[in-house]
Amino acid sequence: MLNYITSYLRSDTTPGQAGNVFWAFAYIMLIFLGLSIAVIAMNWLERKILAHMQVRLGPMRVGPHGLLQPIADALKLLIKEDITPAAADKWVFWLAPLMVVITAFTVFIVVPFGPTHAVTDMNIGILFMLGVSSLSVLGIVMAGWASNSHYPLMGALRSSAQMVSYEIAMGLAVVSAVLMTSLNPTGTGTLSMIGIVQAQQAQQVWFVFKFFPLGLIAFFIFAVAMVAETNRAPFDLPEAESELTAGFHTEYSGFRWSLFFLAEYSAMIAVSSIAVALWLGGWLRPFPNWLTGDTWDLVFSLVPGLTFLFFAGMCFYSTAHMPKHPSFKVQTAGLAGFGMVLAGIGVLLFVPPVRAWVQDIYWFSAKVAFSMYMYIWYRGTFPRYRFDQLMRVGWKVLLPAGIGVLVLTAVAGIL
Amino acid sequence: MGADQPGDRERPIAMTERTTTDPETYLSHLELGEPDKTFLDTNELIINMGPQHPATHGVLRVILKLDGEKVLGTECVIGYLHRGVEKIAEHRTYTMFNPYVDRMDYVAAVSNGLGYCEAVEKLLNVQAPPRANYIRVILTELNRLASHMLWLGTHALDIGAITPLFYTFRDREEILKIFEKYCGARLTTHAFRIGGCLYETYDGFENDVKKFLAFVGPKIGEYEELLTTNRIWVERTKGVGTISAKDCVALGVTGPVLRASGVKWDLRKAQPYANYSEFDFEIPTGQSGDTYDRYLVRMEEMRQSLRIIEQAVGRIPEGPIMAKVPKVIKPAVGEIYHSIEAPKGELGYFIVSDGSTQPYRIRVRPPSFVNLQALDLMVRGQLVADVIAVIGTLDIVLGEVDR
Repeated sequence: MLNYITSYLRSDTTPGQAGNVFWAFAYIMLIFLGLSIAVIAMNWLERKILAHMQVRLGPMRVGPHGLLQPIADALKLLIKEDITPAAADKWVFWLAPLMVVITAFTVFIVVPFGPTHAVTDMNIGILFMLGVSSLSVLGIVMAGWASNSHYPLMGALRSSAQMVSYEIAMGLAVVSAVLMTSLNPTGTGTLSMIGIVQAQQAQQVWFVFKFFPLGLIAFFIFAVAMVAETNRAPFDLPEAESELTAGFHTEYSGFRWSLFFLAEYSAMIAVSSIAVALWLGGWLRPFPNWLTGDTWDLVFSLVPGLTFLFFAGMCFYSTAHMPKHPSFKVQTAGLAGFGMVLAGIGVLLFVPPVRAWVQDIYWFSAKVAFSMYMYIWYRGTFPRYRFDQLMRVGWKVLLPAGIGVLVLTAVAGIL
Repeated sequence: MGADQPGDRERPIAMTERTTTDPETYLSHLELGEPDKTFLDTNELIINMGPQHPATHGVLRVILKLDGEKVLGTECVIGYLHRGVEKIAEHRTYTMFNPYVDRMDYVAAVSNGLGYCEAVEKLLNVQAPPRANYIRVILTELNRLASHMLWLGTHALDIGAITPLFYTFRDREEILKIFEKYCGARLTTHAFRIGGCLYETYDGFENDVKKFLAFVGPKIGEYEELLTTNRIWVERTKGVGTISAKDCVALGVTGPVLRASGVKWDLRKAQPYANYSEFDFEIPTGQSGDTYDRYLVRMEEMRQSLRIIEQAVGRIPEGPIMAKVPKVIKPAVGEIYHSIEAPKGELGYFIVSDGSTQPYRIRVRPPSFVNLQALDLMVRGQLVADVIAVIGTLDIVLGEVDR
């Protein structure tokens, strides 16, 4: 038994390929946990960052600097009455959020957090991700239809039209990246997520910089399409608050609404992961060509720990600036405690074996986090597109651009 | 919807016929277009927008007939905020009614007050002293700024840009602080009295206003930076809700909406009231009469308001702030119409006096109510998202529409 568990650690593949059920299960649980924490953190960060962009403070009441706000919100949603409208189609209404949330989580099976840190590595990895994530549109249509109400129906229609149109541009951009993986002596490309990142490692260039500016344009097309695909600002028409109140989930409340919320954020993380794996070098650390050598390797391996220490420092700084009134005692202590936990993790990440193990995961997550920050930034900056304009951008701009980039990439590859 | 709900059939019909809540009934008298059936056999969709809707700026109910996303026709249902302000006036003395007018267009309460006070002054044949006029102009123009800021924030929010709202609210706060220091109230100010002003300016009033001018000048550029050349903003507003000058005049639309269609009509210049004739300012006009032009006109109006305040604050004369007005206001028998350029358009008061202490009848000509009429004309054939943009650009306040 023990041998079964430890044997995987010596192997050089993902648990799925090694056929190790124990570790596969462990990775699934880890991803599930990590994703839930990421969604909670994202909820807080989005509100905080958006607030600071908009000259306000954001959540400040529940916990120090509103740190416990997402937990309070989650609790509220759990104990809220779960209403099914009388005119709704009950079964479809019940099934829709499940459908959305399951697809949103399933794609994470192939997300490569590191050369061995993924549940499994499929030879059709990227295809699997695109295919499964596009299934979520079915859930949205079901939600809109089953609600038996005008606004959700319109939201669902908008959503499905939008997701289907942008998937094409997205697919073309992805194909051009996949094409780049075939630029090796054997001339065979790969669709495996890990394979794509390894191809970037072998070619010593992130695909975003490959065949400049072709890679950059493909990345840009994907970056726009992925915002549209996840129904976020400025493409948030399906849930345009000022037009359709809340779009397809208008009639949902409580726990089922929170499933939609969860799915939206995990979908954001999932498409960001695709962008990171395909263009931004996945788990590879930045500046692999400029800053080479053992010294730089050491410096970069210290970054994860330093990041956590930085966040811990921010906590301690805020602790020192908390109001001195006795009623803030618990909050201040809590913030200090949170800082201690972060500092502890930071110190732990300096330990050599942990350091080596966590490297890849850290860089992958950091790049995804950057992408998520961009999402928030878009939301704070852009007005919303109108439906016909959205379609025009998708079909008349992104699609021809995608085809052009694909052809040019092929030509550049042959040359 | 409404009467179609199962519960409604069994319930005995109470005082009124319930069918009036049925959206179909509202639309039945309109001549509406038919859905485009070229490709598919489609049906139109009737949607109830409001009275509880995040983007109808209050309790406006718009019934939309849609072909997919295209608007075939609209009907506004108003009255959800009706308080009978005009009727109340018949049971109050002229002085007592003054604070009520603040509650009509509650984001531009000072303008409402100015219009009412001037109308009664005209009825009494009284002139407010010069110093009072200067104070009135400064506060009214500040209020115009506040109103336009609120419009900009909410309009941008409707179109999906959430950030300008917070910027404009931050800066509007400074105006409200000046109001609060001047008369104690921030929103429903009741700043003026019949015959002039009740309150003398507080110490440092001029300084505060000057400081505000220096503060807000660059901020307007900041809003424009976020929106004016933003591609999405331009695409969302250019050519949306276009209305021609001819239609504007035919419908009686006034204010920035009229000016954006190219008519240079501003009561501050056309029929100068208070002491507006003493100031040097421009009337910005647009050409195409679309949402983008209305946006530009209002932005420029904010700058012109700053210009007026700048001129006014430097030369407030000394002297009394109240004209000689009898303690009990008892105008002679007669009627009067007086209108001013409120931030939203022409705000007029028609007062009939029967010689008693209470007005026989007051009829308000609210700019929002009249401008709202243009909604159907502006949105037909456009998309649902444009309805929201047009409601925002008309800059209606339901308190004024319903009174």
